[in-house]
Amino acid sequence: MARESILPLRCEGLSFRVGDLTLLQEVSFTLGQTGVTAVLGPNGAGKTLLLKLCHGLLAPSAGHLQWRYRPADLRMRQAMVFQKPILLRRSVAANIEYVLRVRGMSRAESDARTHEMLRLTGLAEFAARPARALSGGEQQRLALARAWATAPDVLFLDEPGANLDPAAARAVEELICTIAASGTKVVLATHDLAQARRTAQDVLFLHRGRLRAAGAATDFFASPPDETAAAFLRGELYW
Amino acid sequence: MDEFSAAASLAFTLLAKADPTLVDIVLRSLRVSLSALAIAGSIGLLLAALLTVTRFTGRTLLIIGINAAMGLPPVVVGLAVYLLLSRAGPLGDWGLLFSPTAMVIAQVVLLTPLICGLARQTLEDAWREYGELFASLGLNHFRALCTLLVETRYSLLTTLLAGFGRAISEVGAVLIVGGNIAHVTRVMTTTIAMETSRGNLALALALGFILILLALIINAGVFITREIAQRQGG
Ligand SMILES: Nc1ncnc2c1ncn2[C@@H]1O[C@H](COP(=O)(O)OP(=O)(O)OP(=O)(O)O)[C@@H](O)[C@H]1O
Ligand SMILES: [Mg+2]
Repeated sequence: MARESILPLRCEGLSFRVGDLTLLQEVSFTLGQTGVTAVLGPNGAGKTLLLKLCHGLLAPSAGHLQWRYRPADLRMRQAMVFQKPILLRRSVAANIEYVLRVRGMSRAESDARTHEMLRLTGLAEFAARPARALSGGEQQRLALARAWATAPDVLFLDEPGANLDPAAARAVEELICTIAASGTKVVLATHDLAQARRTAQDVLFLHRGRLRAAGAATDFFASPPDETAAAFLRGELYW
Repeated sequence: MDEFSAAASLAFTLLAKADPTLVDIVLRSLRVSLSALAIAGSIGLLLAALLTVTRFTGRTLLIIGINAAMGLPPVVVGLAVYLLLSRAGPLGDWGLLFSPTAMVIAQVVLLTPLICGLARQTLEDAWREYGELFASLGLNHFRALCTLLVETRYSLLTTLLAGFGRAISEVGAVLIVGGNIAHVTRVMTTTIAMETSRGNLALALALGFILILLALIINAGVFITREIAQRQGG
């Protein structure tokens, strides 16, 4: 890929409030150009909100985001897979083709790319099926395939491991590593510690809307820098 | 009962030999109601689409107004359009009263709120569901709307069929603004009303059968639409 990445992304003092509820408070961190960053934290910690803020679906109440540069098609350089996949009422293949066509890809190109994506996510045999008739795990893999198809600079994944059987979870983890290796930065929100351990190089740990730890994954797992993080790793931290 | 069976057999004869008067009336009915559907469908869908993606002051009021107008009584609409088009009315100069055009206008007034109200609900629900995906893909409003229309095509088609059903079976508005003039503004429903009151049951019955047949076809259309939608995972 010749084009320059929009990363790194520097977030400074991001806060998000609804009414007088502060859901995220002064979160600051930097996302590098490559690799997998895991956003960890218990239910309701603010992982989904943080991803949506980075992706630009929500505007921060305070603080700012600084991309390396801001091309006109900033949003199109990113992709997000939602916690609950949003699929179009069409076939599996047509769901992927749609996003490629929106990006202005020719029919021949998008056909080829779609088939490659379906093969890589193990969905080739489902190509002609209605997307919404797929099982929960299959839908998640399709959403992942669709997001990756556009070859974004950064891919935000919100709990891609939920609903997956062990083999599929494994396959998705491998896929995440493949995606990262292809040069796409992956930001992975999850509360699955094993998944984070196997895929991530960096960790952001959130608890109750605050960033409690940020750094290399190996350090985080070996010696958690914060008592809440340690409790979370022991499986003793509740919301 | 004798009278009824005599009328029924005469009705079937009229249908079987495609009686010219009968055919003339049926074709006019279809022409008027399909024209009204085309116009009201275009306006209704466009307005529904705009109401879905735009926010402006008075929008809520407009939506409430449209929803309230969904069940307008046809005779009242007929009366209003009559007053508008009558010689002394504001649009009297157009000389449209008692013409098929007047009937189309009345039915457009009747159908537009119905189609717009139902379509807006469909589109808005879909918008809520897909909004984040569209934003994530960086689509502009126009592109997003086009996708939304495609995604909801079966529901919208059902809405249009419902609109057509209301138009073709409606009698109050077309009678008032059309005047039920033979070979000019006489349609199925107005003929049925008139011939029945004259005791001339054969033609009324024959038209009644056709109306019921049309209703069945529309219902079958709705049913098939749902089936297809479900098969595609709708
Ligand atoms: N629009 C909103 N209004 C009020 N509260 C909200 C809103 N959106 C999110 N929240 C709250 O903010 C908190 C963080 O939500 P978020 O979805 O980011 O959690 P999460 O870390 O992704 O949790 P999970 O692991 O369950 O997905 C939650 O307590 C949630 O209830
Ligand atoms: Mg979440």
